[in-house]
Amino acid sequence: MSSPTHITRLAPYREKLIGQECLTCGNIQYPPRKTCIRCGSRNLKLKELPRYGKVVTYTLIYYLPEGYDYIKPKAIAIVELANGVRVFSELTDVKPTDIKTGMEVEAVLRLIKKGGSNEPPIYGIKFRPRIR
Amino acid sequence: MRRVAIVSAGMVKVGRHVDKSYKDLFAEAALKALDCIGNEVIPEALIVGNQMSSSLFNQDSFGAILADYVGLTGIPAFKVEAACGSGGAAVYTGYMAVASGLHDCVMVAGVEKETDHATPKVTFALGKASDADYELIYGTSFVGLNALIMRLYMETYKAPREAFAKFAVLMHENAVNNPYAQMRYRITVEDVLKSPVIADPIRLLDSAPLSDGAAAIIMCSEELARKITKDYSVIAGIGMGTDHVYIASRRDLLSLSASLKAAEKAYRMASVGPKDIDVVEVHDAFTIMGIMALEGLKLAKQGHGWKLVEEGVIAKDGDIPVNPSGGLKARGHPVGATGVYQVAEIHTQLTNQAGKMQVPNANVGLAQSIGGAGTIISVTILKRP
Repeated sequence: MSSPTHITRLAPYREKLIGQECLTCGNIQYPPRKTCIRCGSRNLKLKELPRYGKVVTYTLIYYLPEGYDYIKPKAIAIVELANGVRVFSELTDVKPTDIKTGMEVEAVLRLIKKGGSNEPPIYGIKFRPRIR
Repeated sequence: MRRVAIVSAGMVKVGRHVDKSYKDLFAEAALKALDCIGNEVIPEALIVGNQMSSSLFNQDSFGAILADYVGLTGIPAFKVEAACGSGGAAVYTGYMAVASGLHDCVMVAGVEKETDHATPKVTFALGKASDADYELIYGTSFVGLNALIMRLYMETYKAPREAFAKFAVLMHENAVNNPYAQMRYRITVEDVLKSPVIADPIRLLDSAPLSDGAAAIIMCSEELARKITKDYSVIAGIGMGTDHVYIASRRDLLSLSASLKAAEKAYRMASVGPKDIDVVEVHDAFTIMGIMALEGLKLAKQGHGWKLVEEGVIAKDGDIPVNPSGGLKARGHPVGATGVYQVAEIHTQLTNQAGKMQVPNANVGLAQSIGGAGTIISVTILKRP
């Protein structure tokens, strides 16, 4: 259960893959922090990350947390974007048996959590097989 | 800093305790530990490792409510939370309290009650060990995070699936000798490979069970310990480290860098190396974590941990006996209590009180407590005085 205010505050980073570039060492990171995770610099600027990448590793989850068991199995993956930054996300628009490590994927905006009686729905980035 | 000793330990059989609340479990362990030291010494503080009291029982003020239940109201009492590594973090905190001279004697306890609730609710509560805003929000389970790591490990190091199953088989074999273990029965490699998939490639029998349990130890200055008992052990080294909670940000997903940091500190403080360790309790929440735990303690090189299973090195009669208790896999994993169980188990090894689990001539023992999927890790090294 998260508050609508908190959800709205995070929306730009969840819905658009907005990370940061370190102006000191050039590192790019996601999600945003106050300092660079490589060199410690506070000299960071927001940067939109590439929408394409490949699956580094994935899992199909059959026993899901409360509130999430409307998609089964849930395909979760770590995706390495074209610039080398890795993000944690969900795979969508794909049959579980078709998922492979190394497969090319692209970012899409999707519902990531259904709303409840006291909670708005939450949107965020998922990845689907890349359409060329 | 002065030397810190462990003078007594109390444990509850890990399992499904329908008839007991978390308070009852805590009290059973705490009173056992207190009874061992007689009436002359009363703990000056209570430090409790626990992850989910708030998520599952709506209870904060956790240290104070437990202190009240066993007649310790008045003393400093608080909870330490580091997800499934809460127990190890509580030991770390207790060590600081006594080593610094602030207290002469403290009780460090751990308690968790998981089986009162439906599994999806506990799955969500355990998932809070991950990054709530960027990982848990997708509906991942904690098992899912470990499954991501396991697939990458297997593909990167060409580790055979059977090696992981053999780790689970060994843990069950060891647990048969542990009167406090939840799963005191043997399993086969085939049982593991045929058990239901929880989060591919992790199966049910790769996973620690949901557990209820509590453990407590009494820590004193060594000076005070000598007056209480001759059966004490000494905390010779202790260390702790962290890594990115958001696992995609890690420099190397297959390196338990928080464990390497914690172990390096603990080894240096204790003036020992991996080869000097006679008995180990590692945090094998999943078989993948058990194998990576060995690498995180430098008992094996990165990518080679699974070979120690295949070669029999970590069996009870091997070069490095690992988890004579049965580990998280088979002793069970009452998450915030587990780290305290592990230190209590090493203490019983070094004071010859481990019964059928006893590793002969164990002089140096190590306990490793992992919070999250390798996020907050503590390592405690005990020696005989």
